[in-house]
Amino acid sequence: MTTQSLTGPTRACTRLAPRFILSALLATFVGTTAAIAQNASFRSTTTRYPESSGEALYHAICQGCHMADARGASGAGTYPALAADTKLEAAGYAVLVVVQGQKAMPPLGSALSDEQIAAVVNYVRSHFGNDYKDEVTAEEVRAARP
Amino acid sequence: MNFPSSPGMSRRRLLRMIGEATSSAVMYQAMTSLGHAADSGYKGPVELPGDPKGASVLILGAGLAGMVAALELRKAGYTVKLLEYQTRAGGRNWSLRGGDSYTELGGARQDCAFDEGLYINPGPWRIPYHHRALLDYCKRLKVAFEPFIQLNFNTYLHASDAFGGKPQRFRHVLADYHGHVSELLAKAVNADKLDEDVRPEDKEILLASLRSWGALDRDYAYREGYASSEVRGYEKAPGGGVDGAPSPSTPLAFNDVLNSRLWRHLSLPLQHDFQHAMFQPVGGMDMIGKAFFREVSDLVELGAKVTSIRQNDKRVTVTYESAGGGVRQASADWCLCTIPLSILSQIELDVGAPMRAAIDAVPYAASVKIGLQFKRRFWEEDEAIYGGISFTDLPIAQISYPSTDYHKPGKGVLLGAYSFGLPATEFTAMTPQKRIALAVENGLCLHPQYRQEFENGISVAWHRVPWTLGCFGMWSGATRKAHYQDLCAIDGRILLAGEHVSYVNAWQEGAILSSLDAITRLHKRVVAGN
Repeated sequence: MTTQSLTGPTRACTRLAPRFILSALLATFVGTTAAIAQNASFRSTTTRYPESSGEALYHAICQGCHMADARGASGAGTYPALAADTKLEAAGYAVLVVVQGQKAMPPLGSALSDEQIAAVVNYVRSHFGNDYKDEVTAEEVRAARP
Repeated sequence: MNFPSSPGMSRRRLLRMIGEATSSAVMYQAMTSLGHAADSGYKGPVELPGDPKGASVLILGAGLAGMVAALELRKAGYTVKLLEYQTRAGGRNWSLRGGDSYTELGGARQDCAFDEGLYINPGPWRIPYHHRALLDYCKRLKVAFEPFIQLNFNTYLHASDAFGGKPQRFRHVLADYHGHVSELLAKAVNADKLDEDVRPEDKEILLASLRSWGALDRDYAYREGYASSEVRGYEKAPGGGVDGAPSPSTPLAFNDVLNSRLWRHLSLPLQHDFQHAMFQPVGGMDMIGKAFFREVSDLVELGAKVTSIRQNDKRVTVTYESAGGGVRQASADWCLCTIPLSILSQIELDVGAPMRAAIDAVPYAASVKIGLQFKRRFWEEDEAIYGGISFTDLPIAQISYPSTDYHKPGKGVLLGAYSFGLPATEFTAMTPQKRIALAVENGLCLHPQYRQEFENGISVAWHRVPWTLGCFGMWSGATRKAHYQDLCAIDGRILLAGEHVSYVNAWQEGAILSSLDAITRLHKRVVAGN
């Protein structure tokens, strides 16, 4: 990273105001959908993800491992691609994996509501080269919980 | 203590007799001297008596678990080889310095621009005094240590909706919480409200202890004055000469302290794992990994990506992609695998269903660390903060000041974020630039000096680290019960070690203790001729 300096008005730290600071570094927040960067109530102790739409949830959470283009990544081990993923044909499978986790993937069921899980599963199954027409409902997610 | 010696008396019966006759503390002493209980898992240098007759062991992973096993097994007479995925050894024992380049999964590359002599420890960063195995190896390998300041009374506690978002000094919150609670309790005692719980002979002693601990004045009140200022600090500090007289400071109101919830940070340094004295190696945590590597480097093949681990009744054969390109195999009588379960769960592995189920049962935790360089050590110059940690409810969770090189002129690096859970997951999903931007934005709430002094940063999000795919293995009560022993078992010719095969997860001590336990059991089997 090259040397940066911060300019702009004094920060108000009782709320995370959107990006009025005019530095090149902080301008990178433009376009960020993650609640962590936009939402004053996102705390270090937050126990529920605040994003609502499937798109926001995917880019705030899932893309950390599955990547922004859902193609996954490989190092000593691999994060599977969700792009054009035939395993997603069974919507119930996707819901279970999100709720319970699978192997090294942590369970997300306690940090996401039924509506959020349905939204993100529906988003992934209709984007990234997936085109499944059926959708899961919040009720179906609730039924899948242990 | 002298024990009656009686032929035919079993150890258990003897202990029960002692336990019945005396208090449990004496029982504990008895157990210790009989060799049952011990304060920690480490009982001193591992002993591997008996001749392994040239048996060979293939160790997968050259982190601390793998390297300590290599060191001890070679000394005991084994033929040892290690395979390591990275082109460096040390595993999560790792430091980043100026000139280092780090590429995460997804391809984002960061070039660390820290000044000479400055570093960040993205993995382990502090060592408890009771991690005796790790400390013993560091002593034997001559790794220089210095104190890690976990508790510094002059750091800040911050919450966005506490005290109008104004950070409070740790010593103020600590003194005022203790003071107000002590005053409350003393009031109850003096009003005879606790006569059912406090014996008459203990009342005066209790009051004296409350006055001492809570910095109460002679009226058992916690208020502005000499008593409270001696703990929380003065408004105008004592000085010299004509204007030397101090002025007392005003304690925070009890309701404000309570409702701020900042008191939740007071107990962390009291926990056994975070009590002083804590330590760090001088010059970076990776000094430990480097010290181990100096001993065993001739045994290590770097750049080897394991793809399958097969075994039959005679050999273990590991297939791997080698650094030079191409596929190779290595085989040995035994295999000690220290590969994190996040990766091992994807590798073809010839073990029984119970061990397989155990490997597949452990999710890996999210964690993010961000190092930030500043033009000057403003935390020392402006804030009188020397080492230690400030806590906040912002997503960064913590800011930690370097426990070293105090007053050194020039630039300084601090830990600008160390988060877990949901914030860590969201940090992970961001680009490195965005992570650093957020760390700076958050940090401004505690230190306006960030604005003028920030220079550059580097971030490590552990789910994007190509050689761990996560920070550490997360066990639950249920998975421990169902799977832990299966993970520890020797399955044919294969056994596992690493922090995940321990009750000291996410600590280097867990990696070392698990490895020593594994090689001890393996050696017993080898020497017995199995």
